[in-house]
Amino acid sequence: MSMNRRQFLKLASASTVLGVGGASVISNIGRGNLEAAQIHPDPRALKAKRWGFVVDVSKLSTDEDYQKCVNACHDIHNVPNNPNPRHEVKWIWRDTYEHTFPNTAEDKIMNKELQEKNFLLFCNHCQNPACVRVCPTKATFKRASDGIVMQDMHRCIGCRFCMAACPFGARSFNYTDPRPNIKVENKTFPTRMIGVVEKCTACYERLAIGQQPACAEASSGAIVFGDLDDPNSEVRKLIAEKYTIRRKPELGTQPSIYYVIGGGEHA
Amino acid sequence: MLEKALSGSNRYWAWIFFLLAVIGVGCIAYWKQLNEGLGITGLSRDVSWGLYIGQFTFLVGVAASAVMLVIPYYLHDFKKFSKIVILGEFLAVSAVIMCVLFIMADMGQPMRVANILLHPTPGSIVFWDVVVLNGYLLLNLIIGWTTLGADRKGVRPPDWVKPLIYLSVPWAVSIHTVTAFLYAGIPGRHFWLTAVMAARFLASAFAGGPALLIILALLVRKFSKFDPGTEAIQAIGKIVTYAMFANVFLLGLEFFTAFYSNIPGHMHPFHYLYVGIDGHTKMVPLMWLSSILAVVALAILVFPHLRRNESILAFACIALFSSLWIDKGFGLIIGGFVPNMFEGITEYWPTFLETLITAGVWATGFLILTVLYKVAIAVREEDTAVEH
Repeated sequence: MSMNRRQFLKLASASTVLGVGGASVISNIGRGNLEAAQIHPDPRALKAKRWGFVVDVSKLSTDEDYQKCVNACHDIHNVPNNPNPRHEVKWIWRDTYEHTFPNTAEDKIMNKELQEKNFLLFCNHCQNPACVRVCPTKATFKRASDGIVMQDMHRCIGCRFCMAACPFGARSFNYTDPRPNIKVENKTFPTRMIGVVEKCTACYERLAIGQQPACAEASSGAIVFGDLDDPNSEVRKLIAEKYTIRRKPELGTQPSIYYVIGGGEHA
Repeated sequence: MLEKALSGSNRYWAWIFFLLAVIGVGCIAYWKQLNEGLGITGLSRDVSWGLYIGQFTFLVGVAASAVMLVIPYYLHDFKKFSKIVILGEFLAVSAVIMCVLFIMADMGQPMRVANILLHPTPGSIVFWDVVVLNGYLLLNLIIGWTTLGADRKGVRPPDWVKPLIYLSVPWAVSIHTVTAFLYAGIPGRHFWLTAVMAARFLASAFAGGPALLIILALLVRKFSKFDPGTEAIQAIGKIVTYAMFANVFLLGLEFFTAFYSNIPGHMHPFHYLYVGIDGHTKMVPLMWLSSILAVVALAILVFPHLRRNESILAFACIALFSSLWIDKGFGLIIGGFVPNMFEGITEYWPTFLETLITAGVWATGFLILTVLYKVAIAVREEDTAVEH
């Protein structure tokens, strides 16, 4: 069979398109049926319908109280310690009352102790997360089984829409290569590459083997972790007993971190 | 037809090589960004979008503005736009290509950008923006090329192109509406959370885009034998005037809501942009320059006898275009990020490398525009030669 250049190009381009299409069909077979972790579920795994946190800041006072929670998280998750504050990556951090609850910052005559109190901030794992809504690749998604807002750093294209959308500033972008800024690498947890967004993922990898999130474990009881959907869980009991507040509830994202500010009795 | 872009005067080639040089420098700067990350820009954890996304947003408006010529010419049979409409369509083509390039420049992982199509997410506005922008690019390429090709042969454009032209009208509105929705649906960013954003985007687009077109049309007349038409330019001048008044009116509405409601979160971005907060005043001179340019442009355009003088009209159009370029291509994005989600202030200013990349994208757009205009002008000059 003879063909001229034009016919050859047509045939070549058509077969390329078909080839690419065919390959993607094959690779899609079975997708959605299995999650890697579900192949061999660990019997020790912690389960809940909706994970949440109660942070009792009355139990946090010294710098060390805060820092040990931050270090516990950042050390095991290979969070880089970027010296440039503009490029800072943080999964959990300490911040002032005014920054944590900016809508109340106008009050100049409020309780001094509260105003000077520091808080621990991390991803709120919202029930209606704005970050998930805007992500164009489902790189950030809400895990259906337990409500954790996950982040797939291998799918993320680095568009940073989620950073614009998150009302809590819980997301960090790798403006530079994170690896040189990791002092001691935890070989059991992946490091990230340049140009992707990362954040707290509620220690999904620890829950899968029956461990509490690292910050809760290190907090000496200041951070309590549990199922917000279970009325008998410890978090629900604390919320029922004490006066708690959430950050920016008016935005309707339904944050899953409840802050206890007073200690309880007079609330 | 493309071969017509391969023959030109020395001046033409000098311009082409100048653009290629700027593109080359931009590519080198981008190579550095690709290797070292977006840390080479002025962006930060708090201001995570900047010049690239601002320019993208502004250029979507320039692209959409072609509809201001298509509607009068094709829907109302306004014959005076017969020669100039192709310039609008080709401007749209190069503007959309610049949009795509700015998005690519802003990506942390540009090699993964196909994930948007591999994992389509209709809930994300970005998905729809990709769909409408690429669709609009295709529509304008097909319409512009086909009508020009028919013109060259001295025949009427084929019938199948008519439905595409009609489709391009709502499509143009859609690209800028969807782009506004990128911002206007985000909880917690007070500056962007406004229902009039899409309306204001369209108003500023229909002012800025046609203003640029007037400047381009005057340049085309100066440097070639093709005259887009004095009356056409005057008619576009009217469109620019009305659209700019609508834009300023809508901006006024934003000010009213923010300041009469007296809600701190709504007022703070305006404070930051126009007077500064706690000594952070990087944006203030620019925003005032934008405001003054807008007032000057309107003060000229509102008087028909001033508008009729083409030199004064050109001056007003340059002032207006610059005003909107600052306001929408820069201030709009930064105002959304400052103050940040903690009511703290982190300022943003583009770096030298970031500016070079931005210049490279603009040069690419102008190169495409030059080539397309060269073809269009060559075809039209032939027409003129045949007629006379």
